[in-house]
Amino acid sequence: MINPGLSVNLGGIELASPLLAASGPFGYGHEYLERIDCSALGGIIVKGISLKPWPGNPPPRLAETASGLLNAIGLQNPGLDHFVKEDLPLLARAEPRLIVNIVGCDIDEYAAVAAGLSGLEGIDGLEVNISCPNLKAGGIAFGTDPAETYKVVGAVRRQTNLPLLVKLSPNVTDITIIARAAEAAGADGLSLINTLSGMLIDIETRKPLLGNIFGGLSGPAVLPVALKMVWQAAEAVKIPLLGMGGITTAEDALQFIMAGARAVAVGTGFFYEPEVISQVKEGLENYLVKHEIKALGKLEGAARKGGIINGAC
Amino acid sequence: MVTEKQAIAPGYCRLSFKAPHIAGTAYPGQFVMVYMNSGYRHLLPRPFSIFTRNRDKEEVSLLFAVKGQGTELMASAEVGSLWKISGPLGSGFPALPEGSLLVAGGIGLAPLAFLAASIEKPRTLIYGARTASQLICPPGVLDLPNLEVIEVTEDGTRGERGTAADLLLGLLPGPPALFACGPGPMLRAVKTLCLHSGTPAWFSVEEKMACGIGACLGCAVQTPKGYSRVCREGPVFSAEEVFNND
Repeated sequence: MINPGLSVNLGGIELASPLLAASGPFGYGHEYLERIDCSALGGIIVKGISLKPWPGNPPPRLAETASGLLNAIGLQNPGLDHFVKEDLPLLARAEPRLIVNIVGCDIDEYAAVAAGLSGLEGIDGLEVNISCPNLKAGGIAFGTDPAETYKVVGAVRRQTNLPLLVKLSPNVTDITIIARAAEAAGADGLSLINTLSGMLIDIETRKPLLGNIFGGLSGPAVLPVALKMVWQAAEAVKIPLLGMGGITTAEDALQFIMAGARAVAVGTGFFYEPEVISQVKEGLENYLVKHEIKALGKLEGAARKGGIINGAC
Repeated sequence: MVTEKQAIAPGYCRLSFKAPHIAGTAYPGQFVMVYMNSGYRHLLPRPFSIFTRNRDKEEVSLLFAVKGQGTELMASAEVGSLWKISGPLGSGFPALPEGSLLVAGGIGLAPLAFLAASIEKPRTLIYGARTASQLICPPGVLDLPNLEVIEVTEDGTRGERGTAADLLLGLLPGPPALFACGPGPMLRAVKTLCLHSGTPAWFSVEEKMACGIGACLGCAVQTPKGYSRVCREGPVFSAEEVFNND
């Protein structure tokens, strides 16, 4: 039983719990759903889906670093048709809301995936991963350019009436510009942050640790960076935010809520502690009881209120 | 809970855990994930093949080389300390036919010791390493009925002189099946010999892992059908499936 005070509306998606599984680590859900208690999960954001299958990157795909994980999976996925036929029927029966993350190597691919998912039973929303390189524009990630962000989000928006989240890349100079572009193009909410670009080197082989050389950093190491970006985005847009980046405890989750997030997602935290969601939920409920707060929503942006206009140093 | 620790040789350790579910249900070639108890410093659990299993005592043991921060933490574990381990995970070896050949290179002994203990019919284990100090099997583990153990070192400091593959040349064809685990170069050489002699072979391979249950796709290994997950389709693959390129 989830405390009713934890329910939130994330851009049109009614969530019984503000805790979601972030896209990526949770795969397509089955593996965790059959092994852990997922009753505290408000929603699952499945691993990115492209139009055709993507093979992914050569191994090694993982490297651990201090309080963090570097990964370069390469968005390996079985493609839209396989997902709809094989994965969706299993997921549609699950209790948590289902949000499908979509990827593409050009705007047409994003639009085609969105169109293919629109109107299907069991899908409650889409999340657009705009960190993919735009192959028709020199390989620069969509999410690092406000004009490209506006175009790709707009193209997806035209294909679907589903609630639309846009997942922002932190690898930008000013997250607020991208956040505003996504909002202007019709996003119903923003997810942030995706992983921070990084690399590691094996000093014995004198080669990069990852097969792809570069990867994305996640885990508790990135939490302060993510929190700041959520704070900044909350100042810049009116649509609700899904905060993520290194969350493993209720204290972490509360910081994101107080920075301005409506809900939060856990990704790498599942590797550290598969039962993380139950623990975070319990911690949130305890906090509400202890401080006599009826609804978590009362805390949204709490740290930004009281005269502090922005967190610029 | 850690029930026993054996610091076998410099750089090697064996830990026994009381783990009723794993001990009761595991089969050879499967692995467990050991969660680090260092707080956030190390986020990922570490995968280890099961080395021995004792159903009566509800124990499994892991044999590992102390190579990184995770295995250093584990090597400093105290008897009686509590560690979280999950398993059994992955797809292990097929049933071991009588007369099979097992080939272990160094720490690759771990899954093969469990496999060797699964039957009492005659089978042969080739146990190789660079040098004698790397043949670190704790006493007694390989004292199994009808198990022939042939030791081999590249420098001849113990057993036969040469590589495990050198020894195989004289033994193939013949055995109905071969099972191997060890360093990549050894498995590549073994694969070539098995294919040439028409010997069906299965290898236990390793890769960095995160979830251990098939969700994250972090432990991919290249196969003719595309990338497979070491944690789910593996860690045991047929020789045809792995080491096809590079």
